[in-house]
Amino acid sequence: MPFPRLIPCLDVAEGRVVKGVRFRGLRDVGDPVELGARYSDEGADELVFLDVRATLDGRRTLVELVDRVSDRLSIPFTVGGGVRSVGDARALLAAGADKVAVNSAALERPELITELADELGSQAVVVAIDAAGGVVRSRAGTTDSRRTAVAWAREAEASGAGEILLTSIDADGTRDGYDLELTGAVAAAVGVPVIASGGAGDAAHVAEALGVAQAALLASILHEDPARLGTLRGELRARGVELR
Amino acid sequence: MKVAICEYGAGNVRSVRRAFARLGAGETADVANADLAVLPGVGSARAAMAGLQERGHDEALVARFERGRPILGICLGLQLALDETEEDGGVAGLGLVAGRSVRLRDGRVPRIGWARVGDGGAFYFAHSYAASTPHAVAWSEEIVAEVRCGAFVGCQFHPEKSGPAGAAYLESVCRSLG
Repeated sequence: MPFPRLIPCLDVAEGRVVKGVRFRGLRDVGDPVELGARYSDEGADELVFLDVRATLDGRRTLVELVDRVSDRLSIPFTVGGGVRSVGDARALLAAGADKVAVNSAALERPELITELADELGSQAVVVAIDAAGGVVRSRAGTTDSRRTAVAWAREAEASGAGEILLTSIDADGTRDGYDLELTGAVAAAVGVPVIASGGAGDAAHVAEALGVAQAALLASILHEDPARLGTLRGELRARGVELR
Repeated sequence: MKVAICEYGAGNVRSVRRAFARLGAGETADVANADLAVLPGVGSARAAMAGLQERGHDEALVARFERGRPILGICLGLQLALDETEEDGGVAGLGLVAGRSVRLRDGRVPRIGWARVGDGGAFYFAHSYAASTPHAVAWSEEIVAEVRCGAFVGCQFHPEKSGPAGAAYLESVCRSLG
């Protein structure tokens, strides 16, 4: 098994990294190019970039910005937000992304996952699931999809998803710990890697998440102090978590 | 040194291109005559093979190989150099290296993340298939991580995504070309 992964996440709106609590009250926390490069240097295992306004604004992801962020990276880079077609995904890969994350568009039209996997390979297709109370919400958490996270994760895997990025809206930005119950249920339901997201407050939380998932997404606790990534890696190793 | 990066439509050529530029290598479109031809690796086998054929890269690569000119295959690029792959219901490869690419059966698939190669450093892997070949020279958790056969070097990991360790690997491949 590969090492568990720590993945900083840049939620981007209007060209800036933002962070809120439970998807609300977004604050500006920095420049995506600077933060991305910093995390790459601090030992991030991968980087995720989510254009959180793209679907709501009815536009594609910020390709030019993705290009500038990826130019400073030598680690894997996943980009999501507003991906609605194979053409959108290709444009992101051409700009330097290694994987694309799909969310709302895949809920509306699950065949999109298969089309992407056929063209790009499953390893480049991440299905992002935002869930509140175990139920999937789409369009940046604004719309109830009436599916459970577990059922949708299974369907996504069967359609060709190579990874599941599972965000608990209930835990997002709270720093109270990951939603271990939901993450464990989804990880048990699928055979592809699962990335736990939402709720990281300290090393104990991250260690717990890595006990049930293959990777942990980090946002709020890093953005104020990017050097925290390095100290966090040390604290996790001290807890017996083997990192690269 | 001039490197030719074989595009085939879906690959992450951008990051491979950047990785070689950081090493100071120049680039050429001449796959047949470059100092090094790189077959990068993202995509599904069938789409990638069709893309190579459309652009005539398949014949250029075979001709290079027969003349003993170096080729680096990365991830799917390594798998496409074999006789065939199980992916997409079975796809014929370039046949440069004896062997086939088979689906991973243990653990979570795709196998995604950083894993140690041999006793050395960790590199980034993202794959559902792996090589089965007598020409393997390095392994990661019993999975073929590196293949060498004549002028062909193939790595299952992504050096262009493996930070400083990956850059050092690419540099050593370039240096070995003299």
